Amino acid sequence: MDWQLPLPRLETLAVWRRNALVWRRMIGASVLMHFGEPFILLIGLGYGLGRFIGEMAGIPYFAFLASGFIAWSAMNVASMEAMWSVYTRMVPQQTYEAILATPTRVDDIVIGELLWCASKSLVSGSAILVVATVLGAVADWRAILALPAIFLTGFCFAAPALIMTALAKGYEFFTFYLTLVMTPMFILCGVFYPTASLPAPMQTFVQFLPLTHAVALIRPLVVGQPVIDPWLHAGVLAFCGFFGAWIAVVLVRRRLIV
Amino acid sequence: MTPIPADLIIMCRGLRKVYGDLEAVSGLDLDVPRGNCFGLLGPNGAGKTTTLRMVLGQSPRTSGVLSIFGESIDSNLREIRQRTGIVPQADNLDPDFTVAENLRIYGLYFRITSSVLEHRIPKLLKLVELDHRATDRISTLSGGMKRRLILARALINDPDLLVFDEPTTGLDPQARHMIWSLIHRLKRNGKTILITTHYMEEAERLCDEIVIIDHGKLLAQGAPGEMVRIHCQKEVLEIRGELPDRLFDNLGYKRNRFEQAGDTYYLYSDDTTELLETAAVLPELACLHRQSGLEDVFLRLTGRELRH
Repeated sequence: MDWQLPLPRLETLAVWRRNALVWRRMIGASVLMHFGEPFILLIGLGYGLGRFIGEMAGIPYFAFLASGFIAWSAMNVASMEAMWSVYTRMVPQQTYEAILATPTRVDDIVIGELLWCASKSLVSGSAILVVATVLGAVADWRAILALPAIFLTGFCFAAPALIMTALAKGYEFFTFYLTLVMTPMFILCGVFYPTASLPAPMQTFVQFLPLTHAVALIRPLVVGQPVIDPWLHAGVLAFCGFFGAWIAVVLVRRRLIV
Repeated sequence: MTPIPADLIIMCRGLRKVYGDLEAVSGLDLDVPRGNCFGLLGPNGAGKTTTLRMVLGQSPRTSGVLSIFGESIDSNLREIRQRTGIVPQADNLDPDFTVAENLRIYGLYFRITSSVLEHRIPKLLKLVELDHRATDRISTLSGGMKRRLILARALINDPDLLVFDEPTTGLDPQARHMIWSLIHRLKRNGKTILITTHYMEEAERLCDEIVIIDHGKLLAQGAPGEMVRIHCQKEVLEIRGELPDRLFDNLGYKRNRFEQAGDTYYLYSDDTTELLETAAVLPELACLHRQSGLEDVFLRLTGRELRH
């Protein structure tokens, strides 16, 4: 296997741009999904449950949930794109085979795809942020600082998802990752309640899950609280993203260059 | 290292590819001079596509020396790619885009500027007669149109070397003739062309020089006409139908003078009279007397058994 560090070049942007152009074509459906879904979720759960819960960890439940959703959606959108869409381009459409006949290389393709996944997370996270602002859940302008954190979260989760894609023999393979990795994080990592309310051993365990750190970074920025250990959280996300991207590049090289 | 002659666009020595226990390509030497149309012929599974992928730097070679445009492929792949156009066997057009957009997006991967692309794309679409379909989706194109668009796409970087992997497989005669005339035109414009095919007619029409490979080894090399002269007698008698057992052995022909495939026998000779006399002895059988061609050379060198 070729373990050389990924060396993305300017061609990486061409891969990103290709996806952005396809996305722009379907912008109507995309905007509807990115704004409509969180709107319904936030109204339904935020107000519905919030009425009974009132406050959680010193924040109105509506704001607590909205900020958690932003982190979760960054994970979700990036993972889905890096699995289903990337697999479609790699296997049935043979898009990468065509790209590899040009000066663009595997490293450019994989890093370009990861940046694209992170960009989609950013769009989705921003949409929820806008909805949350309109519904009064956002404290002040500092919420804008959540945007780079959303992008970083997207990149962090796109990388392991793309590793799955590099190993997948078919779409059904992704169900394992969805059920065994993504769903537990969605439930356990503090989207719905503070992780401090979990039993002690679980609290330690969830510290090893990146979504915990994404929530811990994004939530205070959105609701206007001070961020505790910002560099630790950002560091964990960057660490996962970096090594995940490296392994993804190595595995896609192994799959496509035979 | 010995210096590489400047007029050799492709040069490889001892090119080898091993997959596990299988030696797909075992020690090929190829020289493709500038402006030449060079054909790589062989039955399915002979190692044509593997060879091509190695030459294009898409597949790492197990061993051997390989240079394109006089540069080593290991250190100059990016520059080599900038000057190479590839027409793959499979349809890998981007289904998310229209005809013209496919060319534009492909240009991005070469980092060609928009102004150059805007100038080049209409010309390319005109060349492959798809200018009236510029804004159509890929899914609405016929197989022949897709192939033409892939050809136009391979020209987006104005390459010096063009590589075609079985360019007309599965096309109808009209589409095939159009592709052939496009390849002729590219050749006239001074492009160097490397082509794989298992259609002998295609090789005879297009190629200045061909190599026949099988099981990853080179069997013969030369100009198509010369190959027929060297490897085959001038004429053939094809005989179809129920033949008595060991007829040709009994008539005294040596094993290397005839071939059998299914219910057809092929008898080769340089002597027209001999063939006509043989045909006269077998009046109840369907006989065809013709000149031998590249297909006969191909079949004699690679055998008549089917490939799986």
